[in-house]
Amino acid sequence: MATIKRIVLDVLKPHSPNVVEFAQRIADDSTGCRVQVTVSEVDEKTESLIVVITGESIEIEAVENALKSMGASLHSIDDVEVIHGE
Amino acid sequence: MNMLTELGLLIRLSRSHQIARRYFVVNGFDGALTMLGLNLGFYISGSVTTSTAVSACIATAIALGISGLSSGYVSEMAEKKRELRELEQAMVSDLEHSVHATAARLVPVLIAFVNGLGPFLIAMLVTTPLWLEQAGFTMPFGAISSAIATAFLVIFMMGMLLGWISGTFWLWSALRTLAIAVGTSLLILLFTP
Repeated sequence: MATIKRIVLDVLKPHSPNVVEFAQRIADDSTGCRVQVTVSEVDEKTESLIVVITGESIEIEAVENALKSMGASLHSIDDVEVIHGE
Repeated sequence: MNMLTELGLLIRLSRSHQIARRYFVVNGFDGALTMLGLNLGFYISGSVTTSTAVSACIATAIALGISGLSSGYVSEMAEKKRELRELEQAMVSDLEHSVHATAARLVPVLIAFVNGLGPFLIAMLVTTPLWLEQAGFTMPFGAISSAIATAFLVIFMMGMLLGWISGTFWLWSALRTLAIAVGTSLLILLFTP
């Protein structure tokens, strides 16, 4: 079965929660994954982010739910690395 | 995420700890000044029994509490709904299932609780000498005079708290709030027949 090992997301989120809490929440909901967040643009009420998640098996639905619960919206999936396991 | 962490996030998200603290002090000050005025009225009339004073103070404290509770809920609910709508417009998406929507629903309840509890507790604190007198303790200068003194003390302590919050010298802040209480008392003494 193919598993997602790395994914790069373009995300828009409100200023709150801040980037640290945002990254922690994604990591909480994606056990065993490493989350890296880079702020690419800041507007009056929103921030655009590049979210890089790496791990053994990334559950994209869990990530999407975490984003939604924090009021963020997924603009695009810019990069993905999938490996077919044994 | 456990419930406490979630609640902490909601409070940080909406900056409700700052709003709640401000409401507690503002409405607590209202409660203390109202009780000061009430007890000064009793003192001037000179014919109010302790039990009448206790009843009037409890009724006033409850009214202050309910007033704070309802006004806090209505105003904060309107404010949070507006903030959520503006955020949804900026995000161009529905935030109904986000922490922001949860905060918009729960934070007004929390704020309303603090807004009502602040003046109620402070008012009840000021009336402590009246309670004690009714319970059989004898106050050194009479129950009503002691309640007036307690009101001044509570107002002084609230000034200290404000000084601590603003990071200024506590005594200066406390003396300023005390001056407001003294000014209010003088006005009451001047205009009460």
